[in-house]
Amino acid sequence: MNALIRSLLAAASLALSAGGAMAQTTVKWLHLEVNPNQLKIWEEVARSFEAAHPGTKIEMQFLENESYKAKLPTLLQSNDRPHIIYSWAGGVLKAQIEAGVLQDVAGSIKDIAPEISPAALAAFTQDGKVYGLPFAQSQVGFLYNKDLMAKANVDGTKIKTWDDLLAAVKALKAAGVTPLTVGGGDKWPLHFYWTHLAVRIGGKAAFQAALRGESGGFEGETFQKAGDLMKQLVDLQPFQNGFLGFKNPQSTGYFGDGKAAMTLVISTVYHQQKALAADKVGIPDDKLGWFDFPTIPGGKGEAADTLGGINGWLVTRGAPKEAVEFVKFFVSKDVQSRLAAGNFLVPVVKGADAAINNAFMRNIAQNLARSNYHQNFYDQDLGPSVGRVVNDATAELAGGSMTPRQVSKAVQDAWKQGN
Amino acid sequence: MLASTTARQRGAGRMTAVILFLPPALLLFTLFVVMPVVEAAWYGGYNWNGFGSPKNWVGFDNYRMVFETRAFGLALRNNLLVIVVSLAIQLPLALALALILAEKFRGAVALRMLFFLPYVLAEVATGLIFSFVYDGDYGLLASIYRFFGAEAPHLLASTQTSMLAILIVVVWKYFGFHMMLFIAALQGQDRNLIEASRIDGASRWQTIRFVSIPLLYPTIRLSIFFAVVGSLQLFDLVMPLTRGGPADSSQTMVSFLYSHGVTRMRVGYGSAIGVILFVICATFAITYKRWFMRDE
Repeated sequence: MNALIRSLLAAASLALSAGGAMAQTTVKWLHLEVNPNQLKIWEEVARSFEAAHPGTKIEMQFLENESYKAKLPTLLQSNDRPHIIYSWAGGVLKAQIEAGVLQDVAGSIKDIAPEISPAALAAFTQDGKVYGLPFAQSQVGFLYNKDLMAKANVDGTKIKTWDDLLAAVKALKAAGVTPLTVGGGDKWPLHFYWTHLAVRIGGKAAFQAALRGESGGFEGETFQKAGDLMKQLVDLQPFQNGFLGFKNPQSTGYFGDGKAAMTLVISTVYHQQKALAADKVGIPDDKLGWFDFPTIPGGKGEAADTLGGINGWLVTRGAPKEAVEFVKFFVSKDVQSRLAAGNFLVPVVKGADAAINNAFMRNIAQNLARSNYHQNFYDQDLGPSVGRVVNDATAELAGGSMTPRQVSKAVQDAWKQGN
Repeated sequence: MLASTTARQRGAGRMTAVILFLPPALLLFTLFVVMPVVEAAWYGGYNWNGFGSPKNWVGFDNYRMVFETRAFGLALRNNLLVIVVSLAIQLPLALALALILAEKFRGAVALRMLFFLPYVLAEVATGLIFSFVYDGDYGLLASIYRFFGAEAPHLLASTQTSMLAILIVVVWKYFGFHMMLFIAALQGQDRNLIEASRIDGASRWQTIRFVSIPLLYPTIRLSIFFAVVGSLQLFDLVMPLTRGGPADSSQTMVSFLYSHGVTRMRVGYGSAIGVILFVICATFAITYKRWFMRDE
């Protein structure tokens, strides 16, 4: 009896503290961010949303990158699924849409849609339905160490074509400098070479054609040539010793320690090379350069085309309307400006890039704004069953255990199997 | 008459025990062992990415594709390599150490603990530690090479040496466990037998060869069983070291399942690998039990 009264009292006091008759809504937000500085801002965003929406609680849930990918299918099909999930768009998003685990939010985001970069929003749109909102973009390109380049009399700003890059690699090798560092053990850092070459050689048209299975698919001319050109580079042995054993953070630290002249990376490595360097300082801004991926003479892709990531938040089926509100709040100009001011990301909302206060990130933002064709990472865009094969095969090309033809065939075979 | 009644009573008592104790165990076993195995066998017939329910029935296509994948052959080869190294290097080493350390002398216990320590360490932690040891730029191995004025190889980065590097860690990590098994068995041996052989004029070596080791046979058989099953399960040591690379050269059956099934969201294909692995494990366990461990 006593226990019953006590529990009734507890329930009553809970109801009172929740603000009388108002029901408490909890929005479960699943993310995989590990940078504490960025997380601090996210926490603040969640708290200010709660303050503006009494009765709503934002519950942040975390999973590590790889386990997130492995667990998500099961998680999404349970009754306890999170309401907001992280996404790289592409093939996984497509599978989630087909499985019907996501919610169409097109109706409720009409007011802010015009503010968002059309290319980024398109990545989360299928057949006129919008399943989430993008919040960040990134670009793949070459970071370089000005001091090391100077040792070989190479000027990073002058590297415009693929042959320029090959010449730079030869000059650096001759000067006893390791030209490139790459996290080959993780494989995906190597797939940037093959895929960005394909973006330059065939442009958007070639990729779209391959998806339709036209002109040989991924065994077509564009992708064969991408393999051949990548092989030209690999044959110069441009990478650091043991590059196939390096994980990506290790390679980033190697660059930050000033042990290699260049590295082909996602623009966010600009920060990471500082954090991962042995001295935690890394290459200072005045010694650090960036050049876009070189062009190929006769290539059908435009020089302004970019390869990179598109990150966003998806709203799952059955999520409360507060979840949509929160995602909208997250990509509001105010929040985007705050994240941009911390130089954590290139925002997707018009005008928010004005808050970027450093030259490096501003340059990336301008590149992305100029780009007419922003290709999402292949390993995301093609979905895991094909994307991982792209990663594996290009790593084998770099290691010399596969020929360019075999790479194209492996990717095409995986594509045929999955579609 | 009386005798048969007690027998019947005893039989009834046994029945009660069976009825009382079997269902919970049977339920748990069915729920967590039989069901997943049956489910995996069922998924193995579908081309399925894990979303929704499996619809695209492909028959034995997944199995055919597994057998056609080069990584599968490499994984199988590597598992066999682990078994061979376990039997040819790890067990003899463990046995030799056990024969020395089973004796009572100053420091024997401390040495036993020392050799047993690697086994206590978590697999993932071991993998991480050795990835630092093997690092060709900053690692322990690199400093040893540099001391002799040579340039260190990146063991984990070459298809030729990645599996060798893993094998070294496997031996280092598990020999202590087998050593402990042997020490426990040696200490349980009847001292009288050994003393008797001494009195009969057997040399120390002869005592070991003809008395101690034959008495150890049951333990050796158990040890081999653990070594083989452990090899088939090898995964958490490989992931932090090489993730099965480069070019699948250090893939084991389970890491192959993980990298080609789970991370690629190919649930059907992964299930097919799981079923193959299950068949290998079950066949081994049953035949080994039947042929070599029937007395125990």
